[in-house]
Amino acid sequence: MTDPVVLIGGFLAAAVRVATPLLLAATGETLTERSGVINLGLEGMMLAGALAATLGASASGPWTGFAVAVLAGILLALLFAAVSIVAQADQIIAGTAITLAAVGLTGTVYREAFGAGGAGLTLPTLAPLAVPGLSRLPLLGPALFAQPMPTYVALLAVPISWWFLFRTRAGLLLRATGEGAAEARAAGVRINAVRTAATVAGGAFAGLAGATLVLAQVGSFAENMTAGRGYVAIAIVVLGRWHPIGVAIAALLFGAATALQFVFQAIGLAVPYQLFLMLPYVLTLLALGGAVGRVRAPAELGRG
Amino acid sequence: MAAKVPLLAILLGVLLLAAGLTLAGYDAVAALGALWNGAFGSWYAFSSTTLVRAIPLTIIGLGIALAFQGGALNIGAEGQFYAGAIAATWVGLHVAGRPPVVALPSVLAAALLAGGGWVVVPVWLRLRYGVLEVISTLLLNFVAASLVSLMVQGPLQESRRIYPQSDPIAMTARLPVLPGTRLHAGIVLMLLAAAGLWYLFARTLWGFRLRAVGAGPRAATISGRIDARRMAAVALLGSGALAGLAGGVEVTGVSYALFQNLSPGYGFTGIAVALLARLKPLGVLATGLLFGALEAGAGAMQREAGVPAVAVYVVEAVVILVVLLADAAARRNLLRTAT
Repeated sequence: MTDPVVLIGGFLAAAVRVATPLLLAATGETLTERSGVINLGLEGMMLAGALAATLGASASGPWTGFAVAVLAGILLALLFAAVSIVAQADQIIAGTAITLAAVGLTGTVYREAFGAGGAGLTLPTLAPLAVPGLSRLPLLGPALFAQPMPTYVALLAVPISWWFLFRTRAGLLLRATGEGAAEARAAGVRINAVRTAATVAGGAFAGLAGATLVLAQVGSFAENMTAGRGYVAIAIVVLGRWHPIGVAIAALLFGAATALQFVFQAIGLAVPYQLFLMLPYVLTLLALGGAVGRVRAPAELGRG
Repeated sequence: MAAKVPLLAILLGVLLLAAGLTLAGYDAVAALGALWNGAFGSWYAFSSTTLVRAIPLTIIGLGIALAFQGGALNIGAEGQFYAGAIAATWVGLHVAGRPPVVALPSVLAAALLAGGGWVVVPVWLRLRYGVLEVISTLLLNFVAASLVSLMVQGPLQESRRIYPQSDPIAMTARLPVLPGTRLHAGIVLMLLAAAGLWYLFARTLWGFRLRAVGAGPRAATISGRIDARRMAAVALLGSGALAGLAGGVEVTGVSYALFQNLSPGYGFTGIAVALLARLKPLGVLATGLLFGALEAGAGAMQREAGVPAVAVYVVEAVVILVVLLADAAARRNLLRTAT
């Protein structure tokens, strides 16, 4: 029998690890959705970020990988913004198309670069960065203070985006755009510019999330490796009620629901592993019913 | 105008593919030639790859057209397809010994019900709590994929318990196949579904109301005795049932068994199929055939010219984006002339 402290500590660390890319993507999507835009291209942007990170890092190191990934996310976000904000086409459909394009592009480029079905490329993953002292705390130490760099970025992005949204003039304008485009426009806000900026920020975060998956967790690219995490991030934004702190809690809960399978494996419980794969999605669905009923989405969300 | 935009979109998509292939150092002419031959090069290629591929895409596309016409954005056809495939396999394994007139309809009915059943929760969440069906149907895709995995390694695993797939379904539960080809009778169901949906939209009051709801739910609710929420819910259920039927048809006509990755993304491509047809049932027949040809040809392109088949997703995406942009531009022009 495993020592319970080790077991729970490992569970918390796994929860935070699973939550990290989701939290990054969801924090970006929170900004996007607060401006009135829903971006279903998030999945594609993460995927593009993952491939760009692989290519960049194999060429000249992990930091180049992160930079190129953010750039890839921004480029796709600009394309999405051109179609859905400037040309005012349906956001849901445009986002789906962007994801489809990213699946095709990344698959083609990957096979082109590394050969069809080949073993591909393995990159060294970022080592955990232990915060001196704090990382030795029982239970929470390994979960919060001995993680690779992107986790700290994700955790720091939460208060920063809260401060930006609720304590700065730019954040106020962004929220005003999401709540009443006509009123904001009458007050002199350049709606399309605000929405494009918010979407580009979301794309940058999504690219970073994809890079995190490759450079801090898996160590290689695989076709369709995001496996729906971009869509999950969108659900997490709704679950977190479009508030950075709520979103952080929702992402950690999703991470915890996913990490449960490791605990049950460790205990040796004979339950089909697929049930644990389903659990986070089912819980999110149930939680959406409970959470959304009591809160209102940004009024302009999804309207062209 | 109506037919010009989709044609232009396809042309642009293919041109872009050719440009990309040339840039990547491929012989674009040879690649596109392989694509064409793989789709239309022979009667066998056309009947047994293009048409066989077009059947699930078209049936799912019809369902998505139904949902979108009613203003419900069903992004979960992939999951509904799998729900239908699971139900069809389950029933198909238990109808051995029954005559085909009993076996086949019960298998297909199970698929239809399972697909519709798979959207019951999203419908309920939307009606009761206002949860966007975009999110809920999407999340259920992942649940469905895990459920298939659970089934083929659990209750539905083949009897030797080695491979993650089911036993073949009963002979009596299989759709008849046209001799000399792999084309199965699912094409008749596809045509019936298209005709039925056309009749519904064009000739019935319910269809007229549904389109009114899709065009403007508030206007429809205020101006007439239309319950927009209920109409959208029914459209969503019908949409799920059609995607489930597609899963049942795939099992009874093509795979005869359940396994993981049965669908190469039919549920998502089906969205492109429906949109390109502007949500018109008879148009979906044409666009379903087109995407079937594109995906069938992509396989040949990969085999013969070494171009990754996933490259056609880029073509599909370009097609969607061009149609979207054209529609948005047309809408703005309409607004401008109206004011």
